[in-house]
Amino acid sequence: MTAATSLITLIALPFLGSVIAAFLPSNARNREAWVAGALALGALAIVISLHSAVADGGVVRLQLPWVPLLGLEFSLRMDGFAWMFALLITGIGFLVVLYARYYMSPEDPVPRFFSFLLAFMGAMLGVVLSGNLIQLAFFWELTSLFSFLLIGYWHHTGAARDGARMALIITGTGGLALLGGILVLGHIVGSYELDVVLAAGDAIRAHPLYLPALLLILLGAFTKSAQFPFQFWLPDAMAAPTPVSAYLHSATMVKAGVFLLARLWPVLSGTQEWFWLVTAAGLSTLVLGAYLAMFQQDLKGLLAYSTISHLGLITLLLGMNTPIAAVAGIFHIMNHATFKASLFMAAGIIDHETGTRDMRRLRGLRKALPITATLAIVASAAMAGVPLMNGFLSKEMFYTEALHTTTPFPLLGELLTYAAVVWGIFSVIYSLRFIHGVFFGPPADDLPREPHEPPRWMRFPIELLVLACLLVGVIPGRTIEPYLHTAVQGVLGEATPEYSLAVWHGFTLPLMMSLGAMFGGIALYATLRRFLLNRVDGPPLVRLVGRRIFERTLVFLSWRLARPLEARLFTWRLQRQLLIMVVVTLLVATAVLWGTDFSLPPIDWSAISPGLALVWLAGMACAIGAAYMAKFHRLAALILLGGAGLATCVTFVWFSAPDLALTQLMVEIATTVLLLLGLRWLPRRIKDARSTVRERSRRLRDLVIACVAGGGLGGLAFLVMTRPLPDSIARFFVERAYSEGGGTNIVNVILVDFRGFDTFGEITVLGIVALTVYALLRRFRPAPESIQRPKQQRLAAAHDDAHAARPRGDSIPQHMLVPSVIMRLMFPAAGALAIYLFLRGHNMPGGGFVGGLTLAIAIILQYMTGGTRWFEARWRINAVRWIALGLLCAAATGLGSWLFGHPFLTSHTRYIEIPLLGALPFASALLFDVGVFLLVVGATALLLLALAHQSIRSHRGQGVPAPTVSRKEKS
Amino acid sequence: MEALVALSIAVLTASGVWLLLRPRTFQVIIGLSLLSYAVNLFIFSMGRLRSNAAPLLEKGVQADPAALADPLPQALVLTAIVISFATTALFLVVLLAARGLSGTDHVDGGEGRQ
Repeated sequence: MTAATSLITLIALPFLGSVIAAFLPSNARNREAWVAGALALGALAIVISLHSAVADGGVVRLQLPWVPLLGLEFSLRMDGFAWMFALLITGIGFLVVLYARYYMSPEDPVPRFFSFLLAFMGAMLGVVLSGNLIQLAFFWELTSLFSFLLIGYWHHTGAARDGARMALIITGTGGLALLGGILVLGHIVGSYELDVVLAAGDAIRAHPLYLPALLLILLGAFTKSAQFPFQFWLPDAMAAPTPVSAYLHSATMVKAGVFLLARLWPVLSGTQEWFWLVTAAGLSTLVLGAYLAMFQQDLKGLLAYSTISHLGLITLLLGMNTPIAAVAGIFHIMNHATFKASLFMAAGIIDHETGTRDMRRLRGLRKALPITATLAIVASAAMAGVPLMNGFLSKEMFYTEALHTTTPFPLLGELLTYAAVVWGIFSVIYSLRFIHGVFFGPPADDLPREPHEPPRWMRFPIELLVLACLLVGVIPGRTIEPYLHTAVQGVLGEATPEYSLAVWHGFTLPLMMSLGAMFGGIALYATLRRFLLNRVDGPPLVRLVGRRIFERTLVFLSWRLARPLEARLFTWRLQRQLLIMVVVTLLVATAVLWGTDFSLPPIDWSAISPGLALVWLAGMACAIGAAYMAKFHRLAALILLGGAGLATCVTFVWFSAPDLALTQLMVEIATTVLLLLGLRWLPRRIKDARSTVRERSRRLRDLVIACVAGGGLGGLAFLVMTRPLPDSIARFFVERAYSEGGGTNIVNVILVDFRGFDTFGEITVLGIVALTVYALLRRFRPAPESIQRPKQQRLAAAHDDAHAARPRGDSIPQHMLVPSVIMRLMFPAAGALAIYLFLRGHNMPGGGFVGGLTLAIAIILQYMTGGTRWFEARWRINAVRWIALGLLCAAATGLGSWLFGHPFLTSHTRYIEIPLLGALPFASALLFDVGVFLLVVGATALLLLALAHQSIRSHRGQGVPAPTVSRKEKS
Repeated sequence: MEALVALSIAVLTASGVWLLLRPRTFQVIIGLSLLSYAVNLFIFSMGRLRSNAAPLLEKGVQADPAALADPLPQALVLTAIVISFATTALFLVVLLAARGLSGTDHVDGGEGRQ
């Protein structure tokens, strides 16, 4: 496997695992974990194998064409920095999977958990490995989405739902800003390829659009990395299961923000704007997070605020505009990931074993959990920056930088130094709270559960991570240095500075600061211990408003603003909606046509054929009659509707559209049958005595609107028709229908060949509609007063009861005896006609649509004359299967052209000589038309049969008496 | 002839729109059907009206596009006819279901105030 193909495998593996895990049974906890663990381990192995390719500043690239016309490529790129992140994502990901295997309870739906976790891992890998900024933004949003699903995993609890929603809104909004920033950046550079952008640093910094781009990108990064003032979503995200917290808040999710800052560091940093914005956010987050962490009573809350604080540190280091600070930032990314993941896991074990995370109740756990306690103490020491721990090294680098940084204002340098020490003190205090408060002292006796050491393999991830903390802390030169160097080179390239990771630099000022902070912290903790323990959750002196602003905004947008807007701009009443729609359509049409030349040519009355005039005289009378009768005489309206349809059909014949006429005729029959079947379930309607003035004026208004609409559309049609036809694309179809489509019926060739893709879409819609109707009718509950058998059936039943010789139900099939016999005899002829119409379609009027409708009507005629019971006892029409078969046939024909290297639905034509029948066209389009035919038969039959079947279903009454039928009628 | 077809489109549209604005579901369904006739005729008429010029070719003869009716609007209308049948069916079933659930056949889902 080459390095480039490894990259795509690396991205694909987690997503593949996500799909597999989703389909495993929910009780297969072990299998889930095996799949997830194996895939994570595989990904980790790939990352490790790629090290040689990226060491010494190497870059692995893979570009797959995606939309070549737009110059878009799926671009993957791994340099040392991306490699380091990939290592953290897959490595800690694997440990989290292992840990989660033991953490998750058997009652939890585990497939969902592992599926989301792996998908999140894939999305995160996508962010760090993207070689294209747009693609990066896409994966960025994907991480927001999957973190939403992970945080809300226990969605039965309100806290999980709220936390997930807040995280999604904040990081999603940031993602939108990031996309905007990237678009600006792409506009400046002229490319979204990371390589090109990274090479254009000077041009970007000098561009007038630099500041907007910077602001937008920083907004994205700060929301993701929970920087002040967007830090409030992170503690709420602790409602997630602990393995999720351990993953999201150590190596992934929140690190995506600082990843982006470091990734774009070479092009965006080095300016005053960068320094002020990034440093300010980092510094305030650093101090604030540590301050708030001290006052938490929840173990995970403490870790959450500590995470915020450490992210602030990384941001601050990246904001200082010096390469050596950037090195410290990158180093701290790695260190923080290791100790924070292990601390979250330890907190999870404590929660798991004792049943509580409240530090006011936990104490003396050292005796019950000796090994876990030792591990947690070491990891906390790393968090506090105790010497010989990895946290100490990056902290020392930070102190050195804080002392040596050169800012335009000397005061700021001073401030930075003091803030660094204060931060150190706070860190020591909250770390001590975690260690001393939880593990030391007399054992608690009121815990919800009796604590025991967890299973061996649940502790293993922590052991491994803590070992890493120690090794890096004690012998940095032999362990981390080459890898850190690889990562740093990925970001800084040529500008990589000289730095030393030695544990001992002598009695320097930074060491003094460290020691001062440590002893200060211990002393302050000893003083404040009681005070901190007896507090309710939440810090003194500081009241954070970010969260409240967020909530107020949400309430405002979704309630206070939305409600009045909805009340003013929206109506639930369909009648009103339709009125608005019609009026707006009329207004828009008027506006568009305003000022057009409306000169009408004289109407040549003599050219009007009296035959068609007579037809339309009847047709128009039918239309108006249908409009008039539709309320009280539905059957009459239905018949009149058919009259108007027939007039339309004749018009098609008259004006050279035989295909349309055939289709219209068949649809007319099907529609009439359909509505007839529906009439049965509609309520009776009795004419009301008088209508009020209001109702009459409303009707008058609607009449005016209707006349305007009719006059407008008719006038428009007249204007268009009396103007000459410009040369349209019709010429293309006429000239090529036979030479390229192999058919002489141009309309059919357009449908199945030239515009085959459209037809494919249309038959899909037809299938969907039929299935929807079918699904709706399966749960159909008619209105109570429609449940009773109709009068005709009751009369027939009474007749049967009165005659001893007739069993009940005997009369009904008999009253249609003659038509049904005729129809049974006619069916083969009707079927043959359908197939004839279908087969000749390519060259003569006909085709799949007409043929299919004909066959469906032949079937429904059997149904109507034979009766529902007779039909359903003898015929087995699996209409759903016809639909599926038709769609598959059409799709397979389309895909078949791929086999020959042509685009989807390219048709192939040839004529085959068959004895007796002569030359028959055999186009691949014919196969496509077979699909259309099958689908139309299936869909039409399904629509009609499903509705007809309702009449013999036994509908249970809804237990309420039928409402009075003579209720007041309104217009 | 154009005037006649235009007039019929106008009448079909007016009847259809009037019914569309009525309160009862059955009225609306009839209105939609009438409106779909009107719209189909309208689209069809965009290719102009020709008699005895069905868009059928003769094999081996180079066709003259000017001598045939425009096949494109016909192809568009053909599928539109079938789809409008499907939507009528869907609407019918939805209105029946709504009638069962709400106890009324008013389009607003309740008699309510007008």
